[in-house]
Amino acid sequence: MTAIRSPGRNAGGKIGRETDTAFSIAGSCGDGGLTCASRVGTSDPVDSPPNRALERAVTARSVVGSLVRGLQSRAQRAVDEARVGASAWVTKALGDDVEERMKRVPVALGQAGVDPFGLDPKWTKWALTSAGFLHRHYFRTEVFGAENLPKGRVILVSNHSGQLPIDGALIGAAMFMDVEPPRFIRAMVEKWTQTLPFVSLLFSRVGQVVGVPENARRLLEQDEALLVFPEGVRGITKTYEQRYQLTEFGLGFMRLAMATKSPIVPVAVIGGEEQYISVANLTGVAKALGLPAFPILPQLLIPGGQLPLPTRYRIYFGEPLHFDGDPDDDDSVIEEKVWLVKATVQAMVNRGVKARSHVFW
Amino acid sequence: MSSGDSGETDLAVLESTGDEGERELPILITGICGRLGKSVARRLHRTRTVVGVDRRPFPDKPKDIVHHQLDLRRKKIRDVLKSTRFGAVIHLGVLHDPRASAAEHHSWNVSGFAKLLEYVDLFGVKKLIVLSSANVYGPQPDNAQFLAEEAPLLGGQNFSEIRDLIEVDMHAQSFFWKHPETETVILRPVHILGNVKNAPSNFLRLPTVPTAMGFDPMVQVIHQEDVVHAIQLALRPGLRGIFNVAGPEPLPLSRIIKLLGRGHLPIPLSLGTMVMKRLWSMRLTSFPPPELDHIRYVCMVDDKRAREVLGFSPLHTIEETVRAVEDGAW
Repeated sequence: MTAIRSPGRNAGGKIGRETDTAFSIAGSCGDGGLTCASRVGTSDPVDSPPNRALERAVTARSVVGSLVRGLQSRAQRAVDEARVGASAWVTKALGDDVEERMKRVPVALGQAGVDPFGLDPKWTKWALTSAGFLHRHYFRTEVFGAENLPKGRVILVSNHSGQLPIDGALIGAAMFMDVEPPRFIRAMVEKWTQTLPFVSLLFSRVGQVVGVPENARRLLEQDEALLVFPEGVRGITKTYEQRYQLTEFGLGFMRLAMATKSPIVPVAVIGGEEQYISVANLTGVAKALGLPAFPILPQLLIPGGQLPLPTRYRIYFGEPLHFDGDPDDDDSVIEEKVWLVKATVQAMVNRGVKARSHVFW
Repeated sequence: MSSGDSGETDLAVLESTGDEGERELPILITGICGRLGKSVARRLHRTRTVVGVDRRPFPDKPKDIVHHQLDLRRKKIRDVLKSTRFGAVIHLGVLHDPRASAAEHHSWNVSGFAKLLEYVDLFGVKKLIVLSSANVYGPQPDNAQFLAEEAPLLGGQNFSEIRDLIEVDMHAQSFFWKHPETETVILRPVHILGNVKNAPSNFLRLPTVPTAMGFDPMVQVIHQEDVVHAIQLALRPGLRGIFNVAGPEPLPLSRIIKLLGRGHLPIPLSLGTMVMKRLWSMRLTSFPPPELDHIRYVCMVDDKRAREVLGFSPLHTIEETVRAVEDGAW
């Protein structure tokens, strides 16, 4: 988008700001592009350069310039048409209340339209509608217990599964589409993702923050909904035979909950373990390559098997748990409380697995 | 963060019963001839006697300001402090010229400052204000979004040229603890914008502002006059401590450039680094390549303490702050 914007700068800038009124955009953009091109064309005779070589150079430059601008306005128009098409498609696929729900999300936006962590609702909307498509049409998620979510600050503690963090995206979509009031989920991302171009930008604009305790605390103090996978990489890289068995939980989320007096909502996600069937995790190879895991996924060899299998996801939100006490207590004291949360999530997972009649529907 | 709370009580305002006479003693400003130094002097000279020290001349100085054109490392500084009883020393005379040698930087910033501290202690100056910078924390991929005053000063990790600025901050901190009879205030403002000739202002003055493709960090900026205001607040008797000073609410870098109405040119980082290194070695740019991290990673501060204890809040809006760089376009 930036590449297109840079030369036809003024027109592009205005467009970027008003993504909502899609039809007016298409019109205004075309105009902007045209006026740019015509201005270049007319400016030549006025200059009346004294020297012929210079004149020729200037004409050549203006021809090239108007050509480039013409192409740009065309490209810009194509982009805008695509955008209009996309928003029509979103309405068709997800119902027409996306805009209305966007307005009701409680989020601490500054005057610039971004929150202190860089969340931009316009970017978030696109991220959520993409996740929403997976949520509604690909994985056909069923959501249970949406009424259990408290209004203010909350920590969602979920099991983690599926090789790719699709569970996180679907919880995000469910929190936006199925929970009242709609919420933007905030999660913590690995520090090294910040060194990647575009990835770091996207994460920041859709509200995903660097995983340091200070950030988590500040988000909760802003009364946000924080998603935590206490299993971390251990959970997401489970092989198929370990499916739905929770691995060790980290303790950080409990200290955080006690320090900020945030309720913990246990979440069970069913369906993720079958999306990519991992027969083994070669930790040695992973270590040698500097990767978090090296799963063996036979389905990758089948054409189309690169996509996750379209299992039916089920997301259960449990009743909020409240914990009091000293957040700086000994690990042994904290562990007991964490164990309680883990047992709750495990029980919800077991119940969910037992309740479903089929993996795919 | 938790250590932040305890730190706050340690460094809290100790409302001294300081006699009124102390308040009227003259103020010594080092580095008075810089743009910021002049601003501070102009703000203070009507109510207090202001004495300046700088090796540069002060051509259009107000008549009631006494200016000593001296190198900070000279022994004569001692005479200046000895001859007058100062109520406060404001240290703005930090050298940060990316082209100056490391030896020059070190002798000026570290040795010169150490001497100054020695005299502040020797002649019993009641207040010392040191202008450090939020850059001492350094832009890092794993930075918390808002760094408290207790965060480690890692700015020199990838940018060794600013180690001496970190050293200045550290020196001031040790002085703070060793000499409780002097009220030491360390201010760490975020990127100062105005007619000052510092890297962020110069960067935003570029006709087309280059950015790192795929990166758009949140940045905090502060108006030069707001920094002067913070320094003025720090003069309050009884006040001591380390304060992060931030301006209006943070914005993505791209929005700041848009506020200026300038174009920005996203450049792939690898290409940008290469070009910058080449330009730097050919002395065609005043931006050292490691400063690219500032347009890549966040380096923002939590200014809660400045708001609560110092009583600081920015007087300039984000538009005014960003537009201020145009004042110094000449």
